Amino acid sequence: MIHSLFLINNAGDLFLEKHWKSVISRSVCDYFFEAREKAVEPDNVPPVIRTPHHYLINIYREKIFFVSVIQTEVPPLFVIEFLHRVAETFQDYFGECSESTIKDNVVIVYELLEEMLDNGFPLATESNILKELIRPPTILRSMVNTITGSSNVGETLPTGQLSTIPWRRAGVKYTNNEAYFDVVEEIDAILDKSGTTVFAEIQGVIDACVKLSGMPDLTLSFMNPRLLDDVSFHPCVRYKRWESERVISFVPPDGNFQLMSYHISAQNLVAIPVYVKQNISFFETGSSGRLDITVGPKQTMGKTVEGLVVTVHMPKVVLSANLNATQGTYNYDPVTKILVWDIGKLNPQKLPNLKGSLSLQSGAPKPEENPSLNIDLKIQQLAISGRLGSFISVGCDSLPAGPCDKALLLLTLF
Amino acid sequence: AQVLFSVKLYTVHQYLNVTLFLYVFPQMIARGKNASDLFPAVVKNVACKNIEVKKLVYVYLVRYAEEQQDLALLSISTFQRGLKDPNQLIRASALRVLSSIRVTIIVPIMMLAIKEAASDMSPYVRKTAAHAIPKLHSLDPEQKDQLIEVIEKLLADKTTLVAGSVVMAFEEVCPDRIDLIHKNYRKLCNLLIDVEEWGQVVIINMLTRYARTQFLNPNINESLLEESSEKAFYASDDEEDEDKKAEAATLAKRKPYVMDPDHRLLLRNTKPLLQSRNAAVVMAVAQLYFHLAPKAEVGIIAKALVRLMRSHSEVQYVVLQNVATMTIKRRGMFEPYLKSFYIRSTDPTQIKILKLEVLTNLANETNISTILREFQTYIKSMDKDFVAASIQAIGRCATNIGEVRDTCLNGLVQLLSNRDELVVAESVVVIKKLLQMQPEQHSDIIKHMAKLIDNIQVPMARASILWLIGEYCEHVPKIAPDVLRNMAKTFTNEEDIVKLQIINLAAKLYLTNSKQTKLLTQYVLNLAKYDQNYDIRDRARFIRQLIVPTDKSGALSKYAKKLFLALKPAPVLQSTFKDRDHFQLGSLSHLLNAKAAGYQELPDWPESVPDPSVRNVEVKDSVCARRTVLTGPEESDSGSGSESASASDESGSGSESEESREETESEDEEEDEEKEKKRKKRLDKTKAKKPAEESAERCLVLPNVSCSAPSFPQRAEQWHRGQKTRQEGSEESEKCLRIRERIRKQRIRGRVGGGTIAPSGSIKMYELLHRITGEGLAVEYCFSRQPFSPDPNMVAVQIQFTNNTNSETKNLHIEEPRLQSGMRIREFTEIGLQPSGESVTVVMGIDFCDSTQAANFQLCTHTRKFFVSIQPPVGELMTPVFLTENDFKKEQGKLMGMNEISEKLMLGEKCVNEHVIVERVTATANLSRVPCGSEKECRFAGKTVSSGCLVLVTVPTKEGGAAQLTVNCEKMLIGTLLVKDIMQALSQ
Repeated sequence: MIHSLFLINNAGDLFLEKHWKSVISRSVCDYFFEAREKAVEPDNVPPVIRTPHHYLINIYREKIFFVSVIQTEVPPLFVIEFLHRVAETFQDYFGECSESTIKDNVVIVYELLEEMLDNGFPLATESNILKELIRPPTILRSMVNTITGSSNVGETLPTGQLSTIPWRRAGVKYTNNEAYFDVVEEIDAILDKSGTTVFAEIQGVIDACVKLSGMPDLTLSFMNPRLLDDVSFHPCVRYKRWESERVISFVPPDGNFQLMSYHISAQNLVAIPVYVKQNISFFETGSSGRLDITVGPKQTMGKTVEGLVVTVHMPKVVLSANLNATQGTYNYDPVTKILVWDIGKLNPQKLPNLKGSLSLQSGAPKPEENPSLNIDLKIQQLAISGRLGSFISVGCDSLPAGPCDKALLLLTLF
Repeated sequence: AQVLFSVKLYTVHQYLNVTLFLYVFPQMIARGKNASDLFPAVVKNVACKNIEVKKLVYVYLVRYAEEQQDLALLSISTFQRGLKDPNQLIRASALRVLSSIRVTIIVPIMMLAIKEAASDMSPYVRKTAAHAIPKLHSLDPEQKDQLIEVIEKLLADKTTLVAGSVVMAFEEVCPDRIDLIHKNYRKLCNLLIDVEEWGQVVIINMLTRYARTQFLNPNINESLLEESSEKAFYASDDEEDEDKKAEAATLAKRKPYVMDPDHRLLLRNTKPLLQSRNAAVVMAVAQLYFHLAPKAEVGIIAKALVRLMRSHSEVQYVVLQNVATMTIKRRGMFEPYLKSFYIRSTDPTQIKILKLEVLTNLANETNISTILREFQTYIKSMDKDFVAASIQAIGRCATNIGEVRDTCLNGLVQLLSNRDELVVAESVVVIKKLLQMQPEQHSDIIKHMAKLIDNIQVPMARASILWLIGEYCEHVPKIAPDVLRNMAKTFTNEEDIVKLQIINLAAKLYLTNSKQTKLLTQYVLNLAKYDQNYDIRDRARFIRQLIVPTDKSGALSKYAKKLFLALKPAPVLQSTFKDRDHFQLGSLSHLLNAKAAGYQELPDWPESVPDPSVRNVEVKDSVCARRTVLTGPEESDSGSGSESASASDESGSGSESEESREETESEDEEEDEEKEKKRKKRLDKTKAKKPAEESAERCLVLPNVSCSAPSFPQRAEQWHRGQKTRQEGSEESEKCLRIRERIRKQRIRGRVGGGTIAPSGSIKMYELLHRITGEGLAVEYCFSRQPFSPDPNMVAVQIQFTNNTNSETKNLHIEEPRLQSGMRIREFTEIGLQPSGESVTVVMGIDFCDSTQAANFQLCTHTRKFFVSIQPPVGELMTPVFLTENDFKKEQGKLMGMNEISEKLMLGEKCVNEHVIVERVTATANLSRVPCGSEKECRFAGKTVSSGCLVLVTVPTKEGGAAQLTVNCEKMLIGTLLVKDIMQALSQ
């Protein structure tokens, strides 16, 4: 199983190492550096690298490479999934998973890694258990700790590990019993030059924030579960109940967690909320080109489109862009060749437009393809899948501390 | 931290304190700095009270113990103490650290600790024991045999907490011992869904291998059909008849395939896990289905795998590799999801290339046009590696699907005028391969390419064009010599591969058209003769000898034309993922396409069915086994945790459990719930009746919870856990338990009071065989505390048989004792005849080797056999010894330190005086009182029956009911258990 873990930043500095079995020299990472150099982009480093005596399985997250060393056969996904779980735990504990936060909290990081794996096999990966073992740092506590010399390690021994529902700790108490569910849906679509949809699918997740006392048993039902093409669940959800009744029944973890993710693939359901008129052309003579992009609303169902960002990956020969935006700001990075136009809220009366000229490297041949555009946007309070969200109902089967005070349903859609 | 390091280390030693621990060590270790000089100072703190310091000391200790073995040993006693802590979490963490210290000297201590922990009451400690097994195995592989025993024991564990960890240990220590799995197979399948995610992955992978050895190939009929149809397709006419005959024979031989119910069980229980959030679990199930499921059912995994494609790019990478392999064998499965593999401009290059691979594999006559349209847009991408791969993908589609070959070829030819050289070069290479398939029709393309040679600079492409012209020079008779002329001019400036192809071209032209090219060839060969590269010089020399006829030239030159212009087979463009499926999918070896260390081959399906009865488990209670209606879904949970009595009809059990299983399978959730209700009703009814009278009937109605008396609370907990899915169920079962317990107590009291048993009233009777299970034969036993005269090292066990049937029982005797190593048994003489309604009492001797392990054996009558087991309470493993006060003190002085276990306790309300204490202690353990001067202290002495080790117990009492219990015994395990028992007896 997992032998060692090295954390390496984007510049190639190895800033943390942890061994679960005997120590492996950090020189093993040279093979990784070699692959890293060859790959140019950090995304392109092969996740599995073979070296004469070891296998390196790595992930790239938040500008950090998590490189694990393996000696024997193990499912690669097992390791990859675990490394992501580590990164998520850091994020959970420190707010973000970056080199500086890891360095600042090296003691906690070490304690966490020690608890998460035993002899290379995952031991406690549930955030609820970990938080009982090692308290996450807060500003107040770290101040108190420095003064009094007390520690972050929980004084009580964790009981969560002993139960069959390891994701929930015992004895949770709240004065206000609340549960929030966020339904977030994303459209993933590929459009061709003329704007017709080549491929589109809806992916949704239901994020929950449950603050209920005792051992609540919740159910969540959909009016139209047939729309859900494919689902995956947090381990707390009872599979059998879903299979037989299409009801999500679960004892929730305490706090924030992702309850489920689902997928809706039916093509006809997917309505793309905006349209884009674009015209990017490069002149045959003279090293310059022209750019003209307009974004407009289409099927937004009366809601406002927010957080609109258009990203264009320009060809290598484009040196600079001299543009004029009627709304928002634009920025062209000549190193990465990425043009980002941050529009913000879409005003249907006055459509935002970005227009201007591009200057190319002189003498270079005209790029033959038009760059592709990525468009990101957000719409609050709207379910793209339409009929799904508005019918979610939450029921509390058993709440020892009386009925649910507030079973709020908060939909942040899209 | 940096400042501190500039201080010399010896000063650090002096100031080593909590702060230093908190800030220096993790920094040092994390940066890979050597901090081993501080070792002695750190180890001192191992018993520190501050938990954080303690944990960091553990981290440090584990990290440096290997380098500083002697010093590491100093800390061992702390952990040994921890192993005996009443708190399960402390026991577990002590075992965890102890087993992580990689020092060979402590191997025996580790072994002992693991063995003890494996039979711990707490499943969490047992889990830790499972984790410790691979650690010890890697430290000292010679312990393998003993470790396998522990694994075998832990595999039988019925808690979800342990299952994953022990299978992990199994996979690391003895993955080839598939025989250990048989008995646990069904249990593992049933527990699977409740095991934690990481354990699920390991278990599923192991079960895949297991199933491959134990079940028949579900696709056996189809694969035979496929084979025969393929054969028919390729076979020449003569062979066909024979083939048909053979085919008919195999068809006749073939039996209709029926899937083993256990095989089905595995498939059914893993299916819901496709919805796990954990990609590794989904992949594990997917590979299980791919390798084990009938063809018609494999399709369900496609959706889940496509879902994983929306995860992190590393996950996508691994999943796509596996999908690529699957698509070669089972293309239809992924066809509906074709569009999910369309490439996004934001994908990393490696993902794009894998997606291309999958798209190419999925291409067929119906979808090729959409795929090609998609490919066309890919060619315009800015990512050059990806463009090159796309062109190759087009080439592969063209070779695989004849209908589109021309379209593809035309498209590729258009690419030849592309401005990007890489695109052109790649196209040339692909066109070359395509043209080889049907050169006759495409001489215009060859001409077009010949013109291109002036513009293309990429060596591989130039070489390809030259080769094409040479190969098909007959199709372009006019252009070829001209190309050679041009190339001869630039020969010296070309790359090596181009030079070689120029020589080849020259040779081929010389052979076909020597009139025009003789001089040119000579010229080229002369240039090559003085080339810097020896390969080229060598080739030139070789070709000159071969083609230019001289006096000396041998027989070979006659065949020159055949050598050079032989018809060459067209290259086969095939996926690099072909034939990768002999590796287990989802494994590292599959990803690398090479066997990784420790990879377990996926075995081939067996030819004939292996015995399915090996998986039959002796069911606790034969009555329950038959009455499936009552046991239903709890079958897997029933009787969990007890290693004790298991009675079943040997001859009939196989078929019975078979039956019951099938019944269980056919029932679904709803029915279960109904049953639950039914049971509840019955319970309510029985509750209303008077328990003593109705006990027998109730036992029938109650669910399968028969068990040995001591472990009730634990059992209730486990039962509860089993019922996770239904809250109401668990409450109910607790109710059952309570009733059951009451009945049992009453019965024991009743019997004892009734005077049917000889020994004094204080002796406790245990049930060996219930009269329902025993079909009328009830067996109880007690520890008579009399010395067993035939062998003084044995514990005497008095057994009472009561025949409740209407007929007489004959030939009561013991068979096949299955004992732990060292244990012995002295059987009672066979009871020839026992008339109906009578009781017989016999005495047998068991040498338990001073352990509380159960002795298992079969109790046989003339018709039936029952599996039974006797587990002694620790107090029964000793006999009284009479000591004087002085002797007692002297002996106690010898048994100090590790051999002394001391606990504080509060005496129970009824323990008012000395007399009660003595009564309680002697009831718990077979000890005798030692005279003592003080009234406030009670002393007891005894020795263990088997090895004669002294056991000394002291109970000094204080004001207000406080007391201290001290046990001195060389055998630490006995001591610990005894303390626990006496504590319980006194604090009640």
